[in-house]
Amino acid sequence: MIDVTDITKTYGSGDTAFQALRGITFTISNGEFVAIMGPSGSGKSTLMHILGCLDTPTSGSYYLDTKDVSMLNDEELADIRKDKIGFVFQSFNLLPRTTVLRNVMLPLIYAGVDEDERVRRATEALTSAGLSETHFLHKSNELSGGQIQRVAIARALVNQPSLILADEPTGNLDTKTGEIVLGTFQKLNREHGRSIVLITHEHDVAAYAERIITLRDGVVLSDEKNHSRTHAHHDH
Amino acid sequence: MTINDTIQETYTALSANKVRSGLTILGIVIGISSVIAMVSIGTGASSSISSSIQSLGANLLQVSPGAQRMAGGFGVAGGRGNAKTLTHADADALMGITDVIAVAEEVSGRYQVTARGTNSNTTVNGVTSNYPSIRNIEVAEGSFISDSQDLSAAKVAVIGPTTRDDLFGENAEDVVGQALRIKGIEFKIIGVTVEKGGSGFSNADDIIYVPVKSAQRYLSGDQYLTSISVRAGDAGVMTQVQADITALLLERHNISDETQADFSVLNQADILESASSITSTLTYLLAAIGGISLVVGGIGIMNMMLTTVTERTREIGLRKAIGARKSDISRQFLVEAIALTLIGGVIGILLGCLISYAVNLTGLITTSVTLSSVLIAFGVSALIGIVFGYYPARRAANLNPIEALRYE
Repeated sequence: MIDVTDITKTYGSGDTAFQALRGITFTISNGEFVAIMGPSGSGKSTLMHILGCLDTPTSGSYYLDTKDVSMLNDEELADIRKDKIGFVFQSFNLLPRTTVLRNVMLPLIYAGVDEDERVRRATEALTSAGLSETHFLHKSNELSGGQIQRVAIARALVNQPSLILADEPTGNLDTKTGEIVLGTFQKLNREHGRSIVLITHEHDVAAYAERIITLRDGVVLSDEKNHSRTHAHHDH
Repeated sequence: MTINDTIQETYTALSANKVRSGLTILGIVIGISSVIAMVSIGTGASSSISSSIQSLGANLLQVSPGAQRMAGGFGVAGGRGNAKTLTHADADALMGITDVIAVAEEVSGRYQVTARGTNSNTTVNGVTSNYPSIRNIEVAEGSFISDSQDLSAAKVAVIGPTTRDDLFGENAEDVVGQALRIKGIEFKIIGVTVEKGGSGFSNADDIIYVPVKSAQRYLSGDQYLTSISVRAGDAGVMTQVQADITALLLERHNISDETQADFSVLNQADILESASSITSTLTYLLAAIGGISLVVGGIGIMNMMLTTVTERTREIGLRKAIGARKSDISRQFLVEAIALTLIGGVIGILLGCLISYAVNLTGLITTSVTLSSVLIAFGVSALIGIVFGYYPARRAANLNPIEALRYE
């Protein structure tokens, strides 16, 4: 469902041009849980932006669900994000002073889903992200870091995307909460068949994925199955 | 995104920083309320001026000596009053014109008036007995000048209530029968007129009426008139009567070229027109002053929206990441700006009406809030929201989602 062929990305032009991606090729099939790993400057953020349809590659092709999205304009990209991508960010990016439920419903508002259906789907997403109903009407700034990130995961799930992109989702969490969040991803992947791409620079975090793509200096250094996979203890 | 969602988002955003939203709204409130209040004062002033001009007498034409009235106004009647061209014979002749129902001669001047040691400088009008019916004057005490008093050039006077107050003290009673001196000549008071109120330009109550022949003989010292008031049968024939008077007087004065006429004929409509052009200029001026504060309020909106967009850069980035289109983002910020101005507009209209009402209570001026000024103020406030909200909204919509999400 994700088919990336020889993608390059160059910033600037002439003498100051900087090539962040130098020809990346891989395929991710439905239901896979892949970690994209690499140190800073390896191009993983650039790749994440292209996979998340926030940016387009300079050259190469990117098929998402058999649709070539590498040449779309801003508005077409926005529509693809609305329907097919769910983001989880390092810094959560929930709307403050807004209830948990409304935060999760936000993508559905832009998708034009009607009110009752929104509540139903948001409740479902929050439940599968492991949040109890008592928190639904809390303001997002009244929750703990781990709860906040699970609200963000629920928001990423709610439009039933083809791909969930998590960009350093545990970067702002302590180890224990981080493990709970990663466990949530594993559960979503295992029980709901969600495709997840996890971007991280930490081996420990990447270890939760079933496959690890390692980038260095804008090229794929390795792309292999994770034989020593970590499994989280589900405690939510 | 439905209207309901937009309203809810706007409410959340505006209530997030109540003090800032409140102050921004206050800017618009001041702008709108000052426009409403100022315009209501202006309209009030102009309607009170026109009603007092109308109270001078209906269907009235005034013939003055001196210059021909130029097109577009009466302001160039240079030398009017100084030239001596109108006579009693002219006035008699005007009576022969069709549709003229009354003609009143007038000799007017300002003289020093004394009574019981007090003195005043007042307009003294030499008039005929039919003057009250032409100029809507009523006598409160005593009687008005009679034909026989005019014919005999009797030294009698009818005074206005203000003149009475000036000469004899506030609301002095029994002034009828007392004497006053105009230009040193003693006149006996035979009546006091009913109060008419100020007309905006001059006080119609600060006046002394004497018989026209007495004024000619003792005060002006010649046989000429300073004006002739003509009352026509009804408003519809005013133009025709005005033309007939002009033609007749030209013939009597042996003038063939109308532009060389040594008199001018004004009708009530001309006077009203020039007065209302003055008051509408005044209203525009007042509205412009209010308008300036409205623009300042609008700049306040823009300032707040730009700050908001900067503060919420990450939120905008997030919204774009989860699929908001440019139009969704720009609509959200535009609606916020319009909501601020509309709330300010409604409060401003209420406050403006309140100010106008308060001014009314002082009794200095009768104000009136017109529906059109309310509608215009409302429209302008919405327009300001759109104009001053457009740039910040555009700026928000054009943010790059990647950079916006990274913004610290």
